[in-house]
Amino acid sequence: MTVTEQTIHPAENIHPIDRLLRADRLPHILCPGCGIGTVIHGYAHAIAASGIAEDQHVCVSGIGCSGRAAGYVNVDSYHTTHGRALPFALGIAVHKPELNVTVISGDGDLSAIGGNHLIHAARRNVNLNVICINNFNYGMTGGQVGPTTPVGAKGTTAPLGAVEQPFNLPYLAKATGAEFVARWTILHVREFQDAVLRSMQKNGFSFIEVLAPCPTSFGRANKIEDGMHEVEIYRERCRVENGAPKLEDLDIDLLDENKPIIVGNFVDIERAPFMK
Amino acid sequence: MSDSAVAATVQADQEPRVLTGNHFMLGDHACAEGALAAGLDFFGGYPITPSTEIAEHLARRLPPLGGRFVQMEDELGSMAAIIGASAAGARSLTATSGPGFSLMMENIGLAAMLEIPCVVADVMRASPSTGLPTMVGQSDILQARWGSHGDYGIIAYCPASPQECFDLTVRAFNAADQYRVPVFMLMDEVVGHMTERVVIPAADEVPLIRRKGPRQAPDGKPFLSYAPDEDMVPPIAHAGEGYKVHMTGLTHDERGYPAMNVETHDKLINRLVDKIRLHAADIEMYEEIDAEDADTIVISFGCTARSARHAVNQARSEGLKCGLLRLITIWPFPETRIRQLIEQGKVQRFIVPEVNLGQLRREVERLTQLPVLRLNHAGGTMPTPDAILELIRS
Repeated sequence: MTVTEQTIHPAENIHPIDRLLRADRLPHILCPGCGIGTVIHGYAHAIAASGIAEDQHVCVSGIGCSGRAAGYVNVDSYHTTHGRALPFALGIAVHKPELNVTVISGDGDLSAIGGNHLIHAARRNVNLNVICINNFNYGMTGGQVGPTTPVGAKGTTAPLGAVEQPFNLPYLAKATGAEFVARWTILHVREFQDAVLRSMQKNGFSFIEVLAPCPTSFGRANKIEDGMHEVEIYRERCRVENGAPKLEDLDIDLLDENKPIIVGNFVDIERAPFMK
Repeated sequence: MSDSAVAATVQADQEPRVLTGNHFMLGDHACAEGALAAGLDFFGGYPITPSTEIAEHLARRLPPLGGRFVQMEDELGSMAAIIGASAAGARSLTATSGPGFSLMMENIGLAAMLEIPCVVADVMRASPSTGLPTMVGQSDILQARWGSHGDYGIIAYCPASPQECFDLTVRAFNAADQYRVPVFMLMDEVVGHMTERVVIPAADEVPLIRRKGPRQAPDGKPFLSYAPDEDMVPPIAHAGEGYKVHMTGLTHDERGYPAMNVETHDKLINRLVDKIRLHAADIEMYEEIDAEDADTIVISFGCTARSARHAVNQARSEGLKCGLLRLITIWPFPETRIRQLIEQGKVQRFIVPEVNLGQLRREVERLTQLPVLRLNHAGGTMPTPDAILELIRS
């Protein structure tokens, strides 16, 4: 145990998942109101609940705020290049199929610069658990629009509002072959943890989109004052539809007050595993 | 699957990992066989002329031996996948040519920064851009050295024959592990597509050097992934071994944690460069013919060195004091030896033939005030012995 851990948590007071976090890396870099910490917390809980030894879990991230996730979890963890977390993780998963490999990265990392790797990893059904943290923008670089930004939402590279049609990520994941597809928000802590746990049990490609506030970059530009405000939006507008039949209708428009945000575990099927 | 393809697969099932014996073998295949003999576990690649035969050969040979062959979606993914596999302990390889090599630069920088060993075979073709895909080039040599952003050390071998494609690929895997760096097999189309005699030794005679592992048990005490030994190379722990490593392309401390300060950056980057620079004498390989007393020295590599050898031998038979320095490692560049030859005072000029517009010549000019004569093709063909001989006679 490091000095830092002892200072922060006297031995008798250690939280059950502290051992799964790198307390010696605190304080973290995330902004107040950011949702990424909740995602890391959910991943750690899923590891604890998985019954799989900690040293058999591996976490791989790309670049961006969400890409920092790998740096805070106390398992073998790799912070790679922008967009390349998936092929890096493929190399690990193929060489050591006994490992449980989770990729935690952002919407821009996984679906823009890494979009080609995403569809091919899903097509191959590589045994990876992908947690895609969607905060609707590029947060690390200061709030640029990306492939998930709702039409009309503002960003520093779309000062008059985004004009491109965003990705519907669960639809994309299903269409390209994912075995397990879910969407939750950081408000749905338990459901999200359960989805991650389920992804760890699958032998193929799992894709979990988790919506998370980015008050500093996305919120500030789009009249969402703080993290709690966005969580309020989730609470008011999320509708749970497990097994939702029409994934093509699951577009998100965070700024349209009349449009529900459909969340749930949408797909859970079996396909031939990759290289087993 | 066609009958012949089925027959080939059945045959592959019965072939040993090391194909000991005498062969009449393609350079690309010899590279693949060298990788297998070195213990290749994982190949990730994308088809590209003139390297495709390496992938095709391994697609047939590697899986029956328990290794994994993955045809990736592009070269960005290929490079990332071989680093990931190596992070989990694999000896890993990809093969490509110029356009793919350009795409790999991003993650070559990652391999250098994470210090994860891997081997990249680049079978050079006439470039830039799509160029002449089926025809020879030697114009990736500076890209191999400097292609990814920033400063880092790498090693690059330039085989001049299928035999060397085999021997140097084994050596490339050993060097990658020994120094924890990406290592390049800078082949060219002529050598890759040349068929010649290749002698493969007995399995127990293939020299193998494996990367250093941790000297402590995975008992919860933090393992320092980036605490170098005296040789400047840290031991490596792989995914799944219990050490809970963290590796990042960010500037990092000895624990592997991001450290956003200039002192750590300066120390780390200097070590990445110095671990190759200060071991150059151990790494460098070259072949000399009559260079000691020569007034004219031809410096060459790869297929061009074959023409140069012929020209130098012919010139000697005509009584000209001429020699050859054939670079086998082009990086590190054997500059100590070249400086020695200059200091001995006999050499009056150098001749540098190459299939590019003067990339190696620049390196030589950097070391000397003596005349450095050029003989270049932009690509598509190689200098003939006669053309080199004419320059020697001039």
